[in-house]
Amino acid sequence: MQVSVLFFASLREVAGADAMSVNLAEHADLSVLLEALAQALGSEAAAALQAANVRVAVNHALVSGPCALSDGDEIAFLPPVTGG
Amino acid sequence: MNVDVRVQIEDFSVAAEYQALRQRMAGGMGAVASFVGFVRDQFQTDAVDTLYLEHYPGMTERSIAGIVAKAAQRWALMDVVVVHRVGALHPSAQIVLVQVASGHRAAAFAACEFIMDYLKTEAIFWKREDTAAGGRWVQSTLEDRDRAAAWTKE
Repeated sequence: MQVSVLFFASLREVAGADAMSVNLAEHADLSVLLEALAQALGSEAAAALQAANVRVAVNHALVSGPCALSDGDEIAFLPPVTGG
Repeated sequence: MNVDVRVQIEDFSVAAEYQALRQRMAGGMGAVASFVGFVRDQFQTDAVDTLYLEHYPGMTERSIAGIVAKAAQRWALMDVVVVHRVGALHPSAQIVLVQVASGHRAAAFAACEFIMDYLKTEAIFWKREDTAAGGRWVQSTLEDRDRAAAWTKE
């Protein structure tokens, strides 16, 4: 299956891209995606994505803890928001 | 209740938003409060050249609509417009408009302030301030978070 991953603000700069498509095995979850991103982007970027203050949204809904993914999901990594 | 949330690069016109409200206003409407925020020319001690705002299209609008819904649970509101700009903005530019109409003034004043306080802390925006020393991503201030938190203590 394929998911799309979005990076915002400081994480976009760390990842070096605002979006990427990632191919994963069926039934993969968020931790599998993070492993794939570590492979693709390097350990420094992977550590930034897993920082305690980074929130993850799957299809525009914030998630916490283990999260199963499906084909076509949009996973966004959100650094702390500044507000308007 | 009419709710209109827009996130846009373009500038907005307070007069146009007010006129549009006048066109659609209902008989029970007794008050409108508008707030406009500008880009400041200073962050802490550094002169800001450009403020760059980034958002997550779709999710940001939904986060703002959630703030408006929270306000509507506390006060009887009739019409709410929130326009927030993104992209590169220079000092003195208009950045945000909150326009709240209600039956009486107290609800319009309070909800306008409430929506702004939560916009500053919960809405999904990221700000980068570019100064002569370079650019940096900023976080909401402790003062902003205290202001939003104060609404839950009443």
